[in-house]
Amino acid sequence: MTELPMAPVKPPARLISVTIDGQQVEVPEGSTILDACNQLGIDTPTLCYGDTLAPANACRICVVELEGARTLIPACARKVEPDMVIHTDSERVRHSRKMVIEFLASSVDLSITPVAQDYLRRYDGRPERYGPPAPADPERDHKRTGHHEPPDGQTAATVHSPAKLDNDLYVRDYSKCILCYKCVDACGEQYQNTFAITVAGRGFDARISTEYANPLPESACVYCGNCIAVCPTGALMFRSEHDLRDAAAWDESRQTQTDTICPYCGVGCNLTLHVQDNQIVKVTSPDDHDITRGNLCIKGRFGFQHVNPQPRAPL
Amino acid sequence: MDVRLLDAEPTTAERAAVDAFLGPPLSTWVGADRADDGHAAHGGHSARAERHQLLPTLHALHERVGWISPGALNYIARRLTIPPADVYGVTTFYALFSLEPRAPRVLHVCNDAVCRCCAGSDSLVATLAEQIGPQGQEVGGVTWLESPCLGQCDRAPAALVVESGESPREVELASVTADGLLAVMDGQTPAPPPTAIPPQAGQPGLALLKRIGVADPESLDDYRAHGGYEALRRAFELGPDGVIEEMVESKLVGRGGAAFPTGRKWDAVARQPRRPHYMICNADESEPGTFKDRAIMEGDPFSLIESMTIAAYASGCERGYIYIRGEYPLAQRRLERAVEQARARGLLGDDILSRGVRFDIELRKGAGAYICGEETALFASVEGYRGEPRNKPPFPVDRGLFGKPTVVNNVETLVNVLPIVLKGGAAFARIGTERSTGPKLFCVCGAMQRPGTYEVPFGTTLRELLELAGGVAAGSKLRAVLLGGAAGSFITPDELELALTFEDARAAGTTLGSGVVLAVDERVDLPELLAAIAAFFRDESCGQCVPCRVGTVRQEEALARLRSGRTRGSVQDELALIAEIGEAMRDASICGLGQTASSAIESAMARLNVFNRGVSA
Repeated sequence: MTELPMAPVKPPARLISVTIDGQQVEVPEGSTILDACNQLGIDTPTLCYGDTLAPANACRICVVELEGARTLIPACARKVEPDMVIHTDSERVRHSRKMVIEFLASSVDLSITPVAQDYLRRYDGRPERYGPPAPADPERDHKRTGHHEPPDGQTAATVHSPAKLDNDLYVRDYSKCILCYKCVDACGEQYQNTFAITVAGRGFDARISTEYANPLPESACVYCGNCIAVCPTGALMFRSEHDLRDAAAWDESRQTQTDTICPYCGVGCNLTLHVQDNQIVKVTSPDDHDITRGNLCIKGRFGFQHVNPQPRAPL
Repeated sequence: MDVRLLDAEPTTAERAAVDAFLGPPLSTWVGADRADDGHAAHGGHSARAERHQLLPTLHALHERVGWISPGALNYIARRLTIPPADVYGVTTFYALFSLEPRAPRVLHVCNDAVCRCCAGSDSLVATLAEQIGPQGQEVGGVTWLESPCLGQCDRAPAALVVESGESPREVELASVTADGLLAVMDGQTPAPPPTAIPPQAGQPGLALLKRIGVADPESLDDYRAHGGYEALRRAFELGPDGVIEEMVESKLVGRGGAAFPTGRKWDAVARQPRRPHYMICNADESEPGTFKDRAIMEGDPFSLIESMTIAAYASGCERGYIYIRGEYPLAQRRLERAVEQARARGLLGDDILSRGVRFDIELRKGAGAYICGEETALFASVEGYRGEPRNKPPFPVDRGLFGKPTVVNNVETLVNVLPIVLKGGAAFARIGTERSTGPKLFCVCGAMQRPGTYEVPFGTTLRELLELAGGVAAGSKLRAVLLGGAAGSFITPDELELALTFEDARAAGTTLGSGVVLAVDERVDLPELLAAIAAFFRDESCGQCVPCRVGTVRQEEALARLRSGRTRGSVQDELALIAEIGEAMRDASICGLGQTASSAIESAMARLNVFNRGVSA
């Protein structure tokens, strides 16, 4: 195969030396503190971070202590500077991480967020101490900005609201939303340029929404599913996965993953077919694929029904 | 046109309101008829570059029709080439915009810390709820809503009437009564009260307040007759570097709360080779108890224009914005008039005082969002995005408005520039103390004989300031002072000898913050005051980062349990929980709002022993 013409080679980045938890490490200029932690093998908790998107820097669970800084700083977003001295497991860091995961676990349904239980154990989080969770609020999409009913404190406010099943392809269950901004970034200027969704409202009432909370079929959504691909908590989910989970039939241990090439057009996106019981139940694309970076279009993402064995129509 | 729009059309009035502000559409790209543009649609980057017009366009529409309908939102999306979802996201960020039909007359009743806890606004709100109905419900073309602090704490309780329509009107009301509010609900619009004049007005020796109540705030001639524009001439003699030298020598630091050296800020922007540079006056004071910037803008608007011009000249800015909170209609009108007069007289524009200096100012109105006073949130708001702060670095002097080097100064900071330029930085630095130089404005309110905006030199003790304001209201006893506002902290009557300087405040574990001195007497229900502060932060959090978004809610819930006595575990457990929440908000929030949201509450627990005394509602 002939070599493709390459982009001009950039001069190698300058190396920056920083000290993390007493260990010195050199990383290329422009790296983040998270990159440096990864290089040292320091396991840093993340929730809103996605390796295919610019850091949203919203959840703050990755905060670290930088000597000389008044507050903690986010490892995912802050670039390394020469001679930074950083602590990733100090009392302050552990406290803020504990509170972030407690705040989320007490207000959001993290039941299918893979890392949530790990983080709660690791930082000794006790979300139950804020009280029993408040029930779902069907009016959450229509909260008046800057106003709320005074609480009595006997239940812990939550973001729970009824799941949105308004189309055949995917489900939006914002009870599971930690407001990481990734779906908005993927739908908008970082990938799809569709801009079907936004963060609406403010404060605790902020939520992901279409304009006027219209159903998806009335919105600008093109069903590329790239929002599902970046969602860290299962708030956005294939309808097929949602229905199987509802029937208690979703079982990842029985699933296989098969990489293939999307047959629809000539771009050649990689697909990973998630198959359970000889049915495709979900389609993803590898995040490290240099063309897709985890993204697909509606055909690659959802155009698999005809492959699945269909119940034969009666003659 | 490459954004997908809704199937909703604006009404004639909505279209007219938007077109009156943006001008008629000239291309099908932004909504013109095909026949009108010669079948040559143009737009693209130039249309998208108009995004910064979003907030003023929403204001223009809201003033005309009183709410933002799907058809109107869709038309704005088309005109500015912004996806409808994005317009919705921005619109729902602001408390003053309604996305549901709303009565053409809206009565906003302040029920925040000072009005509620020191002036009984909760009983006004209860009366309205009883006699009119729940807030938000329309009765004969009028509705009422509870409002966060309206910045009239020296004349509490306060209210604001907003009338939309062909001739929109906004009237601020002060020292309101239940009968006065019921009259508004009945369709009457009372005359606005006279402009608030600071109690020291006319006294000799004032530097910042000297023209207020003395010179006509609507007359440029009167401003000049009282020494106006002498400083700008002097600045031109000094040259940009000379002005910055005086500023550095004056040791002036920002009065907005962060106390950063102003001269260094100007110098950093002046040295930036990237152009253009922007000058922003932060006039979004919205913190409960704060009203000093309003006093300046209403009473001496030209001084702000002149100060901004000097700042822009020194730091190489050709364009300036005043970002003023939406709840200050009188200050807006006075500033607009001042800018127009200055422009007409060659004091703003392309050739100021025939010196070849170019600078102009645009007024930008906020729409009910305290967070937009945070400088990076302010940039986002002006640019037409949700007012969400971002991490620093990069700092505004490097990447500010539109990504360009930007000077951001608070109103009070800016008006200090005039005496510095006129009398020299060294003379200014001799006022006050070694490390806190110059005069300082304080918003004295609460249980005081003569509340208002006071000017004193740094180093004045808190006791002296309270005495200047006539002392605590008759027949009551001082219990505490909330210093620095909702983001400040409480101090006790034993600490009145505190010298009001940045360094003494810091040493005493408190802050001067936005200059609030809220006197709390024995009649004030302290737990309720804390609840009001907690509710304020919960409502005003932008919602971006978890520590602040959820922390402010959990803090308010814990306070509610303490007030009702139905605690989870012991009172001590709840106090420990509040301290834990506070520590995480202070350490891990993105911006100053979250970082200070527990400050007043924690200080009340620590210094006033509020709940340990068994005090509860």
